[in-house]
Amino acid sequence: MRARPVAGILLRQFYLIRGSPVRALPMFAWVAIDIVMWGFITRYLNSMSAGRFNYVPSLLGAVLLWDFFTRIMQGVSTAFLEDVWSRNFLNLFATPLTTPEYLTGLVLTSIGTSAVGLAVMLALATAVFGLPFFSMGLMLIPFLLVLFTFGIALGILASGLVLRLGPASEWLVWPMPALLSPFVGVFYPLATLPHWMQDVGHLLPPSYVFEGMRAILAGHALAAGNLAIGAALAVLDIVLAGYFFTRVFQYAVRTGLLARYSAESVS
Amino acid sequence: MQAPSDNLPRQTPRAEKGADGAGSDVVLSVTELRKSYPEVVAVERVSFEVRRREVLGLLGPNGAGKTTTINMILGLLSPTSGRIRIAGIDLARERARALGQANFSAVYASLPGNLSVRQNLMFFGLVYGIPRLAERVRELLGEFDLERLKDAKCGVLSSGEQTRVALAKAVLNRPRLLLLDEPTASLDPSAAQTFRSRIRRLATEGDCGILWTSHNMYEVEEVCDRVLFLSHGRILLEGDPRRLPSEHGAPTLEELFIRLAREPLAQSLERAP
Repeated sequence: MRARPVAGILLRQFYLIRGSPVRALPMFAWVAIDIVMWGFITRYLNSMSAGRFNYVPSLLGAVLLWDFFTRIMQGVSTAFLEDVWSRNFLNLFATPLTTPEYLTGLVLTSIGTSAVGLAVMLALATAVFGLPFFSMGLMLIPFLLVLFTFGIALGILASGLVLRLGPASEWLVWPMPALLSPFVGVFYPLATLPHWMQDVGHLLPPSYVFEGMRAILAGHALAAGNLAIGAALAVLDIVLAGYFFTRVFQYAVRTGLLARYSAESVS
Repeated sequence: MQAPSDNLPRQTPRAEKGADGAGSDVVLSVTELRKSYPEVVAVERVSFEVRRREVLGLLGPNGAGKTTTINMILGLLSPTSGRIRIAGIDLARERARALGQANFSAVYASLPGNLSVRQNLMFFGLVYGIPRLAERVRELLGEFDLERLKDAKCGVLSSGEQTRVALAKAVLNRPRLLLLDEPTASLDPSAAQTFRSRIRRLATEGDCGILWTSHNMYEVEEVCDRVLFLSHGRILLEGDPRRLPSEHGAPTLEELFIRLAREPLAQSLERAP
């Protein structure tokens, strides 16, 4: 893999964000609103429970981690959609750029944009609402890594779907995290769910993160084996997503979908 | 009208030699290229080559297979069979290396309108892996008279200006093979003439070969050293655009084009000498 083409993809996204407040704002605005809203909800719940239970770490911490995952996923798919919106496939894929280089560029873009969102969320949640986020200590790193890896996988999967099904299918991309959230137990233990939903949840890496987070906050020992399963699933998912995108790209080149894609964008 | 050869696709001895890989002057070698879909054969056993400093015109009516052929050369569409070599590099085996030797400009593939001229050149320059990129971009901004437009978003430029930017992008990597698909389609006659002069200069002074498609027979005669006439995915004629009309009993190249375009393929093949 060559560094310069990857840097090209990254530079293009940098130019777009730098030149457009409309693109820069969503990097932190929506997650900040989420944190503020959930921050006040947790304060209200704390006042109702009269100090018997602190909702801030479990609810606000979960919101923060979930929003981080969502931003990662959307960071990849939005960077891809920029090429759909500007009908740039012909120019882009007639170059020496390889699929891994392209995907790496999208992933690096997502790291940059979601890091901004994470920083804003952390600042707000800890400074304004007293989230003891760092009380989870070093366990934060694997939690974030699992969510990051799965977010990248989902973003690549979503990009492959848009490439395969056409520009209009971007509307399938946006609700993807919301569709998964009931199954992964962001705010409640998986045991709360019916069995079939638990089975689905066990296939999704974020489930292991949120179960682990609740265990630590409750003062229990973290089941490291469970987190390892989550990490393994996330790695498997990213490999499968990369394979899916590559196969869709090959299909698009074989059938002429790629060459016609810009024309489809017009319709 | 004199008909094409009985052995389609027609090729000159020079082309056959190049298709075998002989001679470093061959910048594009297309051999027995075929693209078929379940309902239609878009390109059928097309073979040709483009040499250094040559402008080859690819002519034919709408749906003849010109853009399909160009898309296959650009790696945007995989052939059903056949081989494409760019500067001697097999496109199927070494896609990235082969495409690094080529570039293109097409009226239907405008550059991202939300980036400025300079940003587009920097972006594509990195993707093509151009060394000393900033210097190269400065050079092209001057060469294509884009200095005053460098910070303008490409989407707000006039057709002529966009064509200049697209051409600047197309020569960023100093390609051995330049593909131009109806590059003057949206230009006024004056801008089109300037564009043609630029291309002609690129071909004579530069180091690349050019494959050009156009529906404007006047400009084809002016620019192209040689033309291929494609119909129903097959090459029907090949030759010097200035001599072809008289060789085939037509007063002009445009008249020859119209006759060939309206003639059913089977008839053309039957009348081959």
